[in-house]
Amino acid sequence: MRASDDPMAELRATFNGECEDLIEAAQSGLLAMQEGSADAETLNEVFRAVHSIKGGAGAFALEEVVAFAHQFETVLDSVRRGALRPDPDIVLLLLRACDGLSDLVTAARDGPANDPGATAPVLTELQDLAVDDQDEDDPGAGFQVTKLSLNVDAPEAAQPDLDPSSYQIDFTPDDVLYALGNEPLFLFRALAELGALEVSPDIAALPEIENFVPGKSYVGWTLHLSTAASEAEIAEPFEFVDGLCRLGIAPVTAPTDGPPDPAASREPAPPNASDPDRQRAIGLTEGAAGGASANGPGTLSPPPPATLPATVRVGLDRIDNLGNLVGEMIIQHAMLAQSIADTGSTRGSGVSKNLEKLSGLLRESQDCVMTIRAQPLKSLFQRMSRIVREASAAAEKPVRFSTEGEDTEIDKAVIAGLADPLMHMLRNAVDHGLESPEVRAAAGKPAEGSVRLSATHRSGRVLIEVTDDGGGIDRAKMFDTAVARGLVSANADLSEAEIDSLLFLPGFSTAGEVSNLSGRGVGMDVVRSAIRSLGGRIAIRSEHGRGTTFSVSLPLTLAVLDGMIIEVAGERLVLPVHAIIETLTLSNDAVDLCPGGKSLTTVRGQILSVLDLGAELGYRAPVETASGAQALVIALDGAAPIALLADAIHDQRQVVIKGLQGGFGRVPGVAAATILGDGQVALILDPIEIAARAADRTAAQFSSTG
Amino acid sequence: MLSFHVGNQNYAVDILSVRKIRGWSKPTLLPHAPAYLRGVINLRGSVLPLIDLAIRLGASENRLTHRDVIIVVRVDGLDAGLLVSAVSDILTLQHDALQPAPGTAVDGATGFIEGMAVHDGAIIRLLDLSAVVRPQYGLAA
Repeated sequence: MRASDDPMAELRATFNGECEDLIEAAQSGLLAMQEGSADAETLNEVFRAVHSIKGGAGAFALEEVVAFAHQFETVLDSVRRGALRPDPDIVLLLLRACDGLSDLVTAARDGPANDPGATAPVLTELQDLAVDDQDEDDPGAGFQVTKLSLNVDAPEAAQPDLDPSSYQIDFTPDDVLYALGNEPLFLFRALAELGALEVSPDIAALPEIENFVPGKSYVGWTLHLSTAASEAEIAEPFEFVDGLCRLGIAPVTAPTDGPPDPAASREPAPPNASDPDRQRAIGLTEGAAGGASANGPGTLSPPPPATLPATVRVGLDRIDNLGNLVGEMIIQHAMLAQSIADTGSTRGSGVSKNLEKLSGLLRESQDCVMTIRAQPLKSLFQRMSRIVREASAAAEKPVRFSTEGEDTEIDKAVIAGLADPLMHMLRNAVDHGLESPEVRAAAGKPAEGSVRLSATHRSGRVLIEVTDDGGGIDRAKMFDTAVARGLVSANADLSEAEIDSLLFLPGFSTAGEVSNLSGRGVGMDVVRSAIRSLGGRIAIRSEHGRGTTFSVSLPLTLAVLDGMIIEVAGERLVLPVHAIIETLTLSNDAVDLCPGGKSLTTVRGQILSVLDLGAELGYRAPVETASGAQALVIALDGAAPIALLADAIHDQRQVVIKGLQGGFGRVPGVAAATILGDGQVALILDPIEIAARAADRTAAQFSSTG
Repeated sequence: MLSFHVGNQNYAVDILSVRKIRGWSKPTLLPHAPAYLRGVINLRGSVLPLIDLAIRLGASENRLTHRDVIIVVRVDGLDAGLLVSAVSDILTLQHDALQPAPGTAVDGATGFIEGMAVHDGAIIRLLDLSAVVRPQYGLAA
C-alpha cells in the first residue's frame, strides 16, 4: 500500500511492524525466563511489550487484541508482583499466550482468516490464572515485591514501613507531552478508577496573559489517591507519558498535605527535553524504547543513550536501489578503467593510482550495502521455537529446543525464503526424528528429546543445522520403502548417503503414514527445492540410534554470486561456482560424442553424460568434436554429476545478480543475469535446470522411438 | 509522438513512454528465444529485453547494422528496448487525425497498430506498445 493513499494505512503499517518487533521482544524475554536466565528486568520488558501492543491495538480499535493483551498483561503483572511463581508450566503458558497474541495481531492485519477460536483456550487459561491470583493475592508472601513504574525503579528501602493506602502524586507535564497529544484528564480518570482521587492544580507558574504562550505547559498537579492498588498500578497510567513530565509518586502515612517523605519521593528522569533519543522513541514505540532503555533497579539517572541503538526503518526497495546504484558504479568503474588502459596510461601513474583507490571505496560501499541487507537469524529462530513447541504438543513428545548462533547474519531475502523449509525440517525432527518418550526410555535416553538449531559462518556461506537426538534413519527400512514405491530397483547397490538422499525424492514424501521412520520424507523434496532456489544445498548425516542432522549451506546474500565466467558460441555466461565440482580440458578421444544423442565421457573412471551448452541453449548446432573444449563437472544433488561443455573458461569473480524483468516470462535454463565489467549483460545459468531439460528431452526421445 | 523508421515504414509511439534513445550495442543472446527477441541489453544497470521491431512486425529477417537505434520504452511498468532503423522526428498529432487501420491492409503488424495518421503526406502507424512488449516467453516454446 502506498503511503500517500491513506494516512491511516501508513499508521497501521507502522503499528504492524512495531507489533512484530514487540512480540519478538516479548518472546525472547519469555524464552530467557524458560532457560532461567531472566532477571526482573526481563519480565518488565515482556510486560511493556505486551502493554504497548495493547495500547497500539486500542488506538486501532482492535478489540480482540486489546482483550487478549489485557488478560496476558494481568497474568504477567501477577508474576511481576511475585504473586505467581513463574514455574515452567506458567512460562509455557505465557509463551503460548505470546503466540496467540501474535496470531491475533496477524489476523488483525490480514483480515480474520484465522480461526477466531484458536486463542480462546489460552485466553481461558490466562483468565483462570488471573482469578487464582486474585484468591491467593498476598503481597506479604515471601517474594520480594519488585516495584515497577515507568522506567525507573523505586528505592526499595522506604516502602514497607509506610501505609500504602494513600499516595501523593506530583505531576508536572512538559510541553512536549501536550505536543504529542496526551491529555492529563484521561490520566486522572484512570487514577480515579483506582480509588478516591483528589486533584489540586498548581498554577503558580502560570504567567500573565500577555506572556502566555499557548504551546507551553504551565500547570502542574498534586494528586492524593486513596487506594488499595499497588504503586506499580498507580504508575501504570503514566507509562505512556514517561519522560514527558515530571512525576513523583510517594506513599504518605496520613492523608495530609504534608510534604512527602523525601526518601520515598522519586523524581524520575529530569524533564527530558534534552534527551532527544527518548523523545523520538515515545509514542507508538513507547514499549520498545522502554524495553531497551529500561534501567537497572534503583537507578535514577536517565539511561545512557548507548542502550538505545538508533534504528531506522527503511523499505527494502530503497536498499535495493542503493545496491543497484553501487553495483552500477562498480561496472562503470570497470569501464572507466578499461578506457584509461586503452589510452595507454601507465601503471603507477596518478590516474591509475586514484582509480585503484576508487575501486577500493566502491568495494567497501558494496560490502556496506550487503551488511544493511543482512539481518541476524534471531527472529527466525524465535519463530522456529514456536513451531517446535506446537509440534511437541501435537506429537506429545517433550522437547528441549536449543538454538545456537542466532546472531549470525544473513541476507534478509534468504531469511524470508528460509522460514518454510526450516519449519518443515523442525516439524519432521519432532514428528519423525524423535522417538516417543517410552521408546526413548527403553533406549536409555532422557525422556525429553532434544532438537537443536544452529547457525555458523563457514567459508563465505552460512551453515544451518537441525539436529535431533532421535533414532536416526533406519536405512534398511528406507530402502525397502523406496523399492516398494518403485523408486529404486531392488538389486540397486546404494551407499548410505545415497539411501539418505532418497528422502528428497518427491515420491518418497507420500510415505507419511507408514511409520515413524519411513515417514521422515514428508515434504523433504519441497524443502530441498526451496533451499536450492536460495542457492543453497542440503545434506543429511544420520547415525542409527543417535539422531539425525540436516545441514543447509546457504549463500550470505542473494545479491552477489560467485560465478565462473565461461564462453559458449561467442556469448559469455556465468555458472554459479558452488555448483561446479571441477573443470577439465577434454581431448578428442576422451569424449564419446554423439550429436543429437547422448554424449558420454569418463572422469577418473566415472562415466558422465556430457551436455554441449551451446546446443542446449540453442546458440549453435551441436559440436562435432570436443577437442580443446572445456568441461565443467556440475554436481546435481541426488543424481550423478554431469559435464557441461563450454568453449572457454575465463575467470571466477563475484557478480551482481540482476533479475530478468517480468517481461521475459521464465527463460528456461537461465536463473538471472548480471552485467560484466564492459557493460555487457551475461546470463547466469541454472545448471540443474539445464540438466533436467536435457534429461526430459532424452526421455521423450526414448519413448517416442521405442 | 516520437516517429521512427523500421525498414521503409513510418511508425510512432507516445513520447511519454519513451525513456531513452540510444545507439546500437550488442545484445546478449537469450536461449530459445523467438527470433524478434534479440537478447538483453544493459541500461544503466538493469537488464532489458531488446525487441527487433522489424521481425516483430512481420519481416522475416532483419540484418543488423551499426546504424540501428534502440528506443527504450516503458509500458505497463516494464522496460524494453525496441530496435528500429532510425528515429526521425517528434511530432504532434491531433487525436482526431488518428484513423483506425483499414482492415484490408492485413499484414503481420496489424495486431500491433493502434491507429494510423497522415503527416506531411506520409502514413504513420501508431504502435500499440503493450501488444509489442507483452511477455514473450509464452510464445517461445
